[in-house]
Amino acid sequence: RLPLRPCARAAARGLRAYHGDSEATLGTQPDLESVVYQENYEQMKALVSQLHERAQHIRLGGGEKARALHISRGKLLPRERIDNLIDPGSPFLELSQFAGYQLYGNEEVPGGGIITGIGRVAGVECMIVANDATVKGGSYYPVTVKKHVRAQEIALQNRLTCIYLVDSGGANLPRQADVFPDRDHFGRIFYNQAIMSSKNITQIAVVMGSCTAGGAYLPSMADENIIVRKQGTIFLAGPPLVKAATGEEVSAEDLGGADLHCRKSGVTDHYALDEIHALHLTRKAVRCLNYQKKLDVTIEPSEDPLFPADELYGIVGANLKRTFDIREVIARIVDGSKFNEFKALYGDTLVTGFARIFGYPVGIVGNNGVLFSESAKKGSHFIQLCCQRNIPLLFLQNITGFMVGKDYEAEGIAKDGAKLVTAVACANVPKITVIIGGSYGAGNYGMCGRAYSPRFLYLWPNARVSVMGGEQAASVLATIAKDQKAREGKQFSSADEAALKEPIIKRFEEEGNPYYSSARLWDDGIIDPVDTRLVVGLSISAALNAPIQKTDFGTFRM
Amino acid sequence: RSTKYATATGRNITKVLIANRGEIACRVMRTARKMGIQSVAVYSEADRKSMHVDMADEAYCIGPAPSQQSYLSMEKIIQVAKISAAQAIHPGYGFLSENAEFAELCKQEGIIFVGPPSSAIRDMGVKSMSKSIMAAAGVPVIEGYHGEDQSDQCLKGHAGRIGYPVMVKAVRGGGGKGMKIVRSEKEFQEQLESARREAKKSFSDDAVLIEKFVDTPRHVEVQVFADHHGNAVYLFERDCSVQRRHQKIIEEAPAPGIKPEVRRKLGEVAVRAAKAVNYVGAGTVEFIMDLKHNFYFMEMNTRLQVEHPVTEMITGTDLVEWQFRIAAGEKIPLRQEEITQQGHAFEARIYAEDPNNNFMPGDGSLVHLSTPPADLSTRIETGVRQGDVVSVCYDAMIAKLVVWAADRQAALTKLRYSLRQYNIVGLHTNIDFLLSLSGHPDFAAGNVHTNFIPQHHAELFPMRRATAKELLCQAALGLILKERAVTDAFRLQSQDRFSPFASSSGRRLNICYTRNMTLRDGGNDVAIAVTYSHDGSYSMQIDDKTFQVLGDLCSEGDCTYLKCSVNGVATKAKLIILENTIYLFSKEGSVQVDIPVPKYLSSLSSEGTQGGTIAPMTGTIEKVFVKAGDRVNTGDSLMVMIAMKMEHTIKAPKDGTIKKIFYKEGSQANRHAPLIEFEEEESDK
Repeated sequence: RLPLRPCARAAARGLRAYHGDSEATLGTQPDLESVVYQENYEQMKALVSQLHERAQHIRLGGGEKARALHISRGKLLPRERIDNLIDPGSPFLELSQFAGYQLYGNEEVPGGGIITGIGRVAGVECMIVANDATVKGGSYYPVTVKKHVRAQEIALQNRLTCIYLVDSGGANLPRQADVFPDRDHFGRIFYNQAIMSSKNITQIAVVMGSCTAGGAYLPSMADENIIVRKQGTIFLAGPPLVKAATGEEVSAEDLGGADLHCRKSGVTDHYALDEIHALHLTRKAVRCLNYQKKLDVTIEPSEDPLFPADELYGIVGANLKRTFDIREVIARIVDGSKFNEFKALYGDTLVTGFARIFGYPVGIVGNNGVLFSESAKKGSHFIQLCCQRNIPLLFLQNITGFMVGKDYEAEGIAKDGAKLVTAVACANVPKITVIIGGSYGAGNYGMCGRAYSPRFLYLWPNARVSVMGGEQAASVLATIAKDQKAREGKQFSSADEAALKEPIIKRFEEEGNPYYSSARLWDDGIIDPVDTRLVVGLSISAALNAPIQKTDFGTFRM
Repeated sequence: RSTKYATATGRNITKVLIANRGEIACRVMRTARKMGIQSVAVYSEADRKSMHVDMADEAYCIGPAPSQQSYLSMEKIIQVAKISAAQAIHPGYGFLSENAEFAELCKQEGIIFVGPPSSAIRDMGVKSMSKSIMAAAGVPVIEGYHGEDQSDQCLKGHAGRIGYPVMVKAVRGGGGKGMKIVRSEKEFQEQLESARREAKKSFSDDAVLIEKFVDTPRHVEVQVFADHHGNAVYLFERDCSVQRRHQKIIEEAPAPGIKPEVRRKLGEVAVRAAKAVNYVGAGTVEFIMDLKHNFYFMEMNTRLQVEHPVTEMITGTDLVEWQFRIAAGEKIPLRQEEITQQGHAFEARIYAEDPNNNFMPGDGSLVHLSTPPADLSTRIETGVRQGDVVSVCYDAMIAKLVVWAADRQAALTKLRYSLRQYNIVGLHTNIDFLLSLSGHPDFAAGNVHTNFIPQHHAELFPMRRATAKELLCQAALGLILKERAVTDAFRLQSQDRFSPFASSSGRRLNICYTRNMTLRDGGNDVAIAVTYSHDGSYSMQIDDKTFQVLGDLCSEGDCTYLKCSVNGVATKAKLIILENTIYLFSKEGSVQVDIPVPKYLSSLSSEGTQGGTIAPMTGTIEKVFVKAGDRVNTGDSLMVMIAMKMEHTIKAPKDGTIKKIFYKEGSQANRHAPLIEFEEEESDK
């Protein structure tokens, strides 16, 4: 690699820019030889390798035996189904890849037994939900339901056509209490289908396996559906239950196969000879939607950033205590490393500005230190601008929280923080959050954490999400314990303190881990920092399927 | 040279009607244009859009597709000649070119027939007559019986006199029809009857002649020219020995391995033959030549031959120009001693036919056609362009590729180089066969004879070898890049032009995308695992070998080229994807790989029509051997079809039960029409 490269150069001019509009680009050449850079690089690289290894394992789905059985039945593996469904060679934005990761003790449920993501089918961006029958027969664990419902939520928010590749044994009976009764449990899937259909978001189901009992509603609730002969079945009660109930003996195919449903009952619309045919028919169905994506934003030709993306490893690293300039991250994400910074000299612990990613306009809000009153006010101002201008927001989170202390409280940092939280909560433009470091306390709120319904939220593998840092939490608890002991007139030795702190730190470390978060669907996936630009670009593209809504802000406490 | 031309004693020709089609019509027009003669084309309804119509200064439709009602219709052609005020008619070859009646008619109507007088055509048209004239003129003639007495006994007696093996041929025959070899007296009766049957059917005349059969003979012919002033010259010989179905496929001049004395003798005898019938114009005297270079008169073709360009190439002449000049009454432009030969020329005839299916002529659309660039020593004689249709109504020849070089070896090298650049997609051609033929060591050595193809059959039709894995990688890349082009086209016409979803990167989150492709090489499915790398290259695994593949498509003219690197070896090949086949043409040769048709297409739209129960070409169903419900085994004969005057047996492609027969005996089936449907079997599912 060349050691020398110009730090900044005049970028190619975009549309509507004359010669005199040439602008300086963002970002500097890091010292690739420095100890810190190299250490950072190695640490992040190790985390990314771990991420890839774990993803590789999840990619396989169920065990060797389950896969072999699946293939022996002439069925395609769920990822092959998706590959054949989407446009050849087009990307697939997989979501919640680590759902269920180490969630059920010894029971491994790779990907939560379901694959969800966004891909283009006949040029239309669709939400694809595919059961993985090689994982516990595709049955719905609590996390499976959550992942399915989350995919539908994304589809609803972004108005994405839904395609369900159904191959599932239904609810996981031993866990029925965590699957069936609550608002966001199994029933919500069908509720969402009805609501989306009512909003003209097409629901397409492809029956490639069994749809029994509640599962029968999935294709039945769809706007259009396809069934594979001698493979797909739909019935409220399967042959064993029918026999138990009425003594009637009937084969699965006769009870609810493709011939019955396409010729007699009318439950299904299209008859597929095999899976490839079914996927072909699905693509045809999407072509018949007469759907055209209409952008509410201007676009400009996409340009690659000027710097190699993997320098993010060396700049950010895995040590959350090390600081870096967020602008260096932005320079490796946005088109041509061009950034029109807003209020650069004010409230400089929060960097705000306009850029483009894959030609789409984006307003970036990135942390560059702890949040002060000025930073919060600047952030609120900027978010208002983006909402007025229909510009999607990208939050780059690396935040320990709002500044604490007497002076700051006196200054009213609580109300300034509240302004930012109000602005973030109310903003109706697409919001995308990437947690690239720490995400602690109210900082998480102000920077559009999960509770603020960003359209998509991703984590880097070095990220940590918790109410506060483990050390701080342990110190707080130790202080309380010490005070209590003191009130009781008891000793609290440093050994006592260490013994108290150690499990707390360990617990925070475990629960703040990105895999812990992703396993529970607290985010939409862990991504390689190198892929940030692509993932954000895909997410904005998907989000722009929904018209951008007008924003009404709540009261800003002045 | 022009100063030596005699002043025209006849009429000046300023406008000529070309009573032909295809390449020869175009060929004649080119010379006419060069000489400032206006050309008039005639065409059948099937040829409305063909090249010769476009090339002509005027063109007239003379009737429906069948030649009997168009190109063979003398009245219509004469009528057009009158309307258009053409002074002459050039008949080309085939059609009316050797029709004495037509030559006579032209004369009566005061139109110059660019060809010999009708008497010469008549004299040479009947074999028995031509032979006796030749024998009388001292031209060596092969021993034979050409008599009137057609009794079995008489014929058999003469066969015995001449000595077996003998040939029994139809007197009016040609093109190998009605021709039988009899190796011993035992076979005589049977072969005689067979020859008579064919003669009767083809020529409505069952008279036969008997000739000595020359084993491993060569077919050597001499180009002659004669004028109205009693002059005649020869332009040396051509060797046309290599034939299939008794039709020439590759010709060369001069004939290899012939000594100058023999060459001179051949020429002189040919001139004598022409003079014996008071010949005028271009003619070809065909000889059969044995291993010792003894030669015997076979027949004289009283027209310009298909293969005339090889003579032009070695003598530096334009024989069509000579024809026009002589027809106009001029003397032959050159005296015998002024005619010299230089270098060596080959002509390869490119046909729409399937060499692997007994050279069955085919038809169809020239979906893709690209040729080597023409230059002074490379001629592309053709009457079709890309997009044109080769019709079943007429000859299946697509083009003649003619090359010249200083010697035979160099010409052969050039022929092969040029053949590789002759790329056709849309129908079967004999190009690959011509390559293997011209690459055969015995051909390179000049050991040609009329049995060449049967003798070397095994080497000329090698077992299909598996396509090299590197080439399969190229084919797979070609397909992927074509898909990318489709995606890009969609992207550019959409409002959302830069969305990363519209890329063809195959990106997946945290994992690599490996695509399982299947290509069909011959009958074998080959699995290719294609992994999309982030840098835009691909890693392709076939069996246990992995290849690093990257490349791009680029356009040059009408063609798309695949520039590709497989494990660092860069290649460039023309890429065509048509229906379900990927074609790659490069200097190294051509590759054809199929994309398997998904079951929903193969079984729904053409149930039971896979693998041979579709009509191979347009024709008439002659016989049906099966009925619905019959159980058949693979290879059983199902029906017989007559197309292009040939019988084609339709065989069962698989074991199964007949469900439906779509055609009755005597009905007409179009090319690729399903003929028979099979019951769906459990094993198909």
